[in-house]
Amino acid sequence: MKSVEELMAIKAKMQDKVAVRRGVTDMRIVVGMATCGIAAGARPVLNAFVEGVNAAGLTEKVTVTQTGCIGICQYEPVVEVHTPDGEKVTYVKMTAEKAAEIIEKHIKGGNVVTEYTIGAAK
Amino acid sequence: MIRSHVLICGGTGCTSSGSVALRDKLAEELKAKGLEEEIKIVMTGCFGLCALGPIMIVYPEGTFYSCVKVDDIPEIVEEHLLKGRIVDRLVYNDAAHGKGGEEEAAAASLSETQFYKKQKRVALRNCGVINPENIEEYIAMDGYFALAKVVQEMTPEEVIQTVLDSGLRGRGGGGFPTGRKWQFARASVSDKKYVVCNADEGDPGAFMDRSVLEGDPHALIEAMAIAAYAIGADEGWVYVRAEYPIAVRRLNIAIEDARKAGILGKNIFGSDFNFDLHIRLGAGAFVCGEETALLTSIEGNRGEPRPRPPFPAVKGLWGKPTIINNVETYANIPQIILKGAEWFSAMGTEKSKGTKVFALGGKITNTGLVEVPMGTTLREIVEDIGGGVPNGKKFKAAQTGGPSGGCIPASLIDVPIDYDNLIAIGSMMGSGGLIVMDEDTCMVDLAKFFLEFTVDESCGKCAPCRIGTVRMLEILNKICDGNGEMEDLDKLEELANYIKAGSLCGLGQTAPNPVLSTLRYFREEYVAHIKDKKCPAGVCKKLLNYVIDADKCKGCTLCSRVCPAGAISGKVKEPHVIDTAKCIKCGACMEKCKFGAISKK
Repeated sequence: MKSVEELMAIKAKMQDKVAVRRGVTDMRIVVGMATCGIAAGARPVLNAFVEGVNAAGLTEKVTVTQTGCIGICQYEPVVEVHTPDGEKVTYVKMTAEKAAEIIEKHIKGGNVVTEYTIGAAK
Repeated sequence: MIRSHVLICGGTGCTSSGSVALRDKLAEELKAKGLEEEIKIVMTGCFGLCALGPIMIVYPEGTFYSCVKVDDIPEIVEEHLLKGRIVDRLVYNDAAHGKGGEEEAAAASLSETQFYKKQKRVALRNCGVINPENIEEYIAMDGYFALAKVVQEMTPEEVIQTVLDSGLRGRGGGGFPTGRKWQFARASVSDKKYVVCNADEGDPGAFMDRSVLEGDPHALIEAMAIAAYAIGADEGWVYVRAEYPIAVRRLNIAIEDARKAGILGKNIFGSDFNFDLHIRLGAGAFVCGEETALLTSIEGNRGEPRPRPPFPAVKGLWGKPTIINNVETYANIPQIILKGAEWFSAMGTEKSKGTKVFALGGKITNTGLVEVPMGTTLREIVEDIGGGVPNGKKFKAAQTGGPSGGCIPASLIDVPIDYDNLIAIGSMMGSGGLIVMDEDTCMVDLAKFFLEFTVDESCGKCAPCRIGTVRMLEILNKICDGNGEMEDLDKLEELANYIKAGSLCGLGQTAPNPVLSTLRYFREEYVAHIKDKKCPAGVCKKLLNYVIDADKCKGCTLCSRVCPAGAISGKVKEPHVIDTAKCIKCGACMEKCKFGAISKK
């Protein structure tokens, strides 16, 4: 160890790995992972969100977590995005590809992907 | 990708309640469910709430599971980790463990519990948060940045001034200002100097040093390197008791990792500062916590103290200037450097700055480690954080400072705890053991217990301690046996004062404290033992008689059948009688009686 820069590099590298222990952040992505959700393919969706958030370097700001059955099993996999202002957007019939798009447009860009929301599905 | 961390406590408390088996089972279950790529298991140091171990925390939610069993693991994996449904029945519950408000009965998150809410974690900040066997996790928590700052930006004098300004005082017992110690050692001119860490935590019931070593060993390494830079040393020794195998193992790993990372060794952070660290295992003698005895023991000799002066800062290890600080003291140093002296001195009271870790034990709901700002009252620690005295009993007193300290009676429960207040009321901070006693504790018996400990642990070098403490113990035994006379109390006090004045080291100088402080606050209990031949708390066996209440006794004969001495007689369905001459006072009859007819008097 010869310099503070080396320390900073290690710290930066480790941020993603320990950030999850700081607890729940302002923005939360909640994936329905009850039996119905898992059967409909929620696992790859959850993984896609975790990977997407990590890749975007947003682990400090965004938490990805699971929840139980939301009660709309025919729309599974269901994902809810809670924003800091208390808004909630519910995405339905999710796939890993849609997850990537939501990360790009909604999580990073702040624009709700209306076509995947429960409102559009009804 | 990892989306969730499961932290399992790997401290000594939870290890003995089975946390290693939990980890293995969890790893197995995660694998079976194909979750091993998503969920990371982290073994950490102590969370502090040892009574409820093994403890498990699941992030990002921060769900706090307590008393987890191996059989619970499949449910946690299936429900929580796979499906995201928190297993409520395993979540730590304030209402069930103390006096938490009902509205937050199952406060799922760790930081929301009564136990943690009032704490301020400085020395223990990383314990239960990081994996102590991973140097990178320590660095992620700003680890080693203080050392880098010190060697690159500060002169040794500036470092010492910062420590002085912070007001940090020794956490191991005496409460001597740490910066002053460093100043003396800096001023000593020598070709070689040493820094030493006293990790010989001998106070029965205290385990905060072990917790830091197990949970955050790099903090100690960093602090010792800073101290070495400040006084001009290049070598350090950690004296740790061999009874702490997990602590020793983690410290060894940490030292090795720090060497590999170039944090220990030559030209640290590109400067001309060199430092390396060694471990010396102690055999567990209480006297080796005394600084001169400790140094003698490191040198390979029998652990006996020597007169001071010369103080170690002038003539210490192998005759060279040496500073010796306790683990908890060191654990504060890196943060004082990073956050500044003002940040530290803003916490605490006028003459006692910062926080103090207490090991809560005895008759208390939440046994464990708590860290609070100096000046917190005993009431807050015992009632709010500790959850109060269990089983509806009344708080009687608390012993601080272990066998060197004294008791704080219930009447002084609102005194803000700091170094000077404790001395004023006849106790001392010591290393921070805090043993709570309820109405069932006999204060004479308590004094006897601690004196037995010091008699055992006296090294025997000086007469006041070797002989004086034995004479005091004999008098206490006499009183507890019912043969005491009133003049014994005067003799106890006289002897105590001679021992305090004449002993060579802190062990002897403080050994009479438990007797003196119980005499000060609970003299009437001594008098009851002597004049009335009674033990008010019902502890001293020789002063007790077991009696059967004839009105309550149904004559079931159970007591006479369990009595090992054949001291109970009586016919079926008729009241039984205990023959006090034959009774050995084992209490078996009272334990078995279904009608509450037997009592001690």
